[in-house]
Amino acid sequence: MNTLELTGITMVFNQGGANEVTALDGIDLSVAPGEFISLIGPSGCGKSTLLRLVGDLLSPTSGTAQVNSKTPHQARLDRDYGMVFQSATLLEWRRIAENVELPLEVMGVAKAQREATAREMLELVQLEKFSDHYPWQLSGGMQQRVAIARALSFKPSILLMDEPFGALDEMTRERMQMELLRIWEETNTTIVFVTHSIPEAVFLSTRVVVMSPRPGQISDVIDIDLPQPRVFETREDTRFFELLTKVRESLRKVEGEEPGA
Amino acid sequence: MRNRRVRTVFSFVGILATLVLLWEGYKAMGAATGGTWPFTDVELPIRTNERSMPHVWDIVSTLFSEAQRGRDELLVTVLLKAALFTFRSALIGFTVGSLVGFGLGVLFVRSGLAERGLMPYVVASQTVPVLAIAPILVVWSGRLDLPIWVPVGAISAYLAFYPVAISTLRGLRSPEATSSELMRSYAATPNQVLFKLQIPAAMPYLFPALKVAATASIIGAIVGELPAGIREGLGRAILSFASSFSSAPEKLFASVLVASLLGIVFVALVTLVERLTIPAGNRLDPNELAMAGQGGAA
Amino acid sequence: MTSDRLHKYGPAIVLFVGALAVWEGAVRVFDIQGFILPAPSAIAATFASQWSELWPAGLGTFLSALGGLALGSVVAFLASLSAARWTAVRDGAMPLAIAANSTPIIVLAPIANAWFGLLNPFGTIAVVAVLVFFPIMINLVRGLTSAPATQVELMRSYATPSRTVLAKLQMPSALPYLFSAMKVAVALSVIGAIVKEYFGGPQDRLGQYITLKAGLFQFEEAWAAIVLASAFGILLYTVVVALERRVMPWHVSVRSAS
Repeated sequence: MNTLELTGITMVFNQGGANEVTALDGIDLSVAPGEFISLIGPSGCGKSTLLRLVGDLLSPTSGTAQVNSKTPHQARLDRDYGMVFQSATLLEWRRIAENVELPLEVMGVAKAQREATAREMLELVQLEKFSDHYPWQLSGGMQQRVAIARALSFKPSILLMDEPFGALDEMTRERMQMELLRIWEETNTTIVFVTHSIPEAVFLSTRVVVMSPRPGQISDVIDIDLPQPRVFETREDTRFFELLTKVRESLRKVEGEEPGA
Repeated sequence: MRNRRVRTVFSFVGILATLVLLWEGYKAMGAATGGTWPFTDVELPIRTNERSMPHVWDIVSTLFSEAQRGRDELLVTVLLKAALFTFRSALIGFTVGSLVGFGLGVLFVRSGLAERGLMPYVVASQTVPVLAIAPILVVWSGRLDLPIWVPVGAISAYLAFYPVAISTLRGLRSPEATSSELMRSYAATPNQVLFKLQIPAAMPYLFPALKVAATASIIGAIVGELPAGIREGLGRAILSFASSFSSAPEKLFASVLVASLLGIVFVALVTLVERLTIPAGNRLDPNELAMAGQGGAA
Repeated sequence: MTSDRLHKYGPAIVLFVGALAVWEGAVRVFDIQGFILPAPSAIAATFASQWSELWPAGLGTFLSALGGLALGSVVAFLASLSAARWTAVRDGAMPLAIAANSTPIIVLAPIANAWFGLLNPFGTIAVVAVLVFFPIMINLVRGLTSAPATQVELMRSYATPSRTVLAKLQMPSALPYLFSAMKVAVALSVIGAIVKEYFGGPQDRLGQYITLKAGLFQFEEAWAAIVLASAFGILLYTVVVALERRVMPWHVSVRSAS
């Protein structure tokens, strides 16, 4: 049973209107449990839209999506998704631990259980010392780690991440990537990861999905056969550079198809 | 930080002193020229005699003299009692008006239909001269045998609800789209979104509006007292000192001064509650506050 | 497009018509007397029959309100320019303006009557001018100083004279603040003029008209005057909204509204 099964997904915005846009066209994709999938492509290729379709924040115009053999809607009601966005979107009036507890509160978990889970999650992202701080007292990278802890707090089976490290500096970013991989191994979560960065996609993923714009389509799926677990030295591996080149060329083909580019 | 505060206090005192100097200077100029602009025959717009413009110190000292000959109550005591009376009506109006305004904001954020249907009238309500509806409300409540503070409180609430409604709506809409998506991904119910996300996000917007509502409720109480025929409040005090202006002008100025202080004290009280409720880091930038579109009175 | 408009304005129109119908029906069915609640039809009839008296009164009040609005805005504009230019003025003037804005300014009305005389329309103009001065001035100062530091630095990097920074950067950034203040100010000006006239003013003005009719329990006339006053207020508000759309089509508030 696949965690994610997309068949013939098409998404048209403002259908019938003057500003009709086909954001996605005929997307087929299967993701096995425990995979780490990256969606990469130029702006406007619909990768964020695809992520939102999977998370039932949008509904497709046509095609079917199955998440854990359920509709995305049912999967959302069953709390199968953890979401992380480019901005940490922490609620500024809540302390760090309270932010991590938010989804548990919504789900009606008892207070003692919530506090224990929040402590455990903050330990996982190594921020247990900051549980009583307010979000503004934390750096951008730390805030993003809180957002990941929050997304994992209710043990969702899928993590949907929309350019989560896009606003971080390069050094913080590489550290966060290592941390995410560690968490992925510890929790066995399936991850769908949207990114603009080729090295990031190659370093993290088991497969990289390359998308092309206007209309958004999957133009290539590249298996990343780097050994697990990925370590700091993986980035210096010759195979890493070969795969970088492969993804880069696939993307160049995509951009080459753009009119006037 | 400290330096800045000291400078603000200095500038504030400086401006106050300048205003007093301008007042007294204008008076002195009028006295010197006989009521015209210097070196011209053009009359000054405001006469500078003791009747039109009493000395600042006369206004202050009249506060501490007998309110009426033969009664040993000081004017300041009489005025403060009247202010307290008016404040009570204003507090009723403020409370009711704020609750109604907040309720409307919540209703509008929950129902687009309610917003499209009612919002134009919420805006239009503020173009209705309150003073004109005051006598009508007084007659209504008389018919229904309601106590007299009901119509006064209602007029006060009528002025107070508007800024609260507008700012609450803005505040409830202020969370970023991703915060709403996050709540959606948790399959949160609309009530959970309201109580865990929207209402906390609206708090920084609420307090600036409550300050405007505080002043508005005092205006409503003063204006409402007049047609209601209430004798104990500031409205009547101002009106009666206005009619005896020719014999004791400084008393009118003194009563206007007390009314102004009442407004400032009420707003200061709301500010105090704000400081105690919202941590400093989460208070709204005054610039965003200005965009909340409020700043009015009457 | 038509269905969009129906979606947007339909509920308000339905509500308006419905409320009028319920009001009219209630007055007829329960036989409510005119001095408690006159029927809309009775108010409309009074509006027509009293027009020759209402219109000059309304126009007089409206012109005083407009005069006060103009005077108050111009003075507020000049004051906020100097407050935006000199930090010392701003540090002193802003707390004072905010304090003054917390006071019930309308209580100045009897003082204006004493100074300018009951019958002098300038009394009303002066009170309205003070009334609108503070909200406009406070918002304008905030608007003029609202441009982000990076934009100011960008202008500096072009060695722009401060006059040009004012014209090209500060004034455009202040526009949204100005318009939100003007929306408050226009409603304030008409109401303020009427309340001022209540405290004393020329007999042939709306404030005195309402006082007189309400005192005689002629509430049809009072309601007709309320309708006229609101119409003036709504007219001014509509003008501000229309100007706002013309002058700053780029702003979020306008974009989302259209």
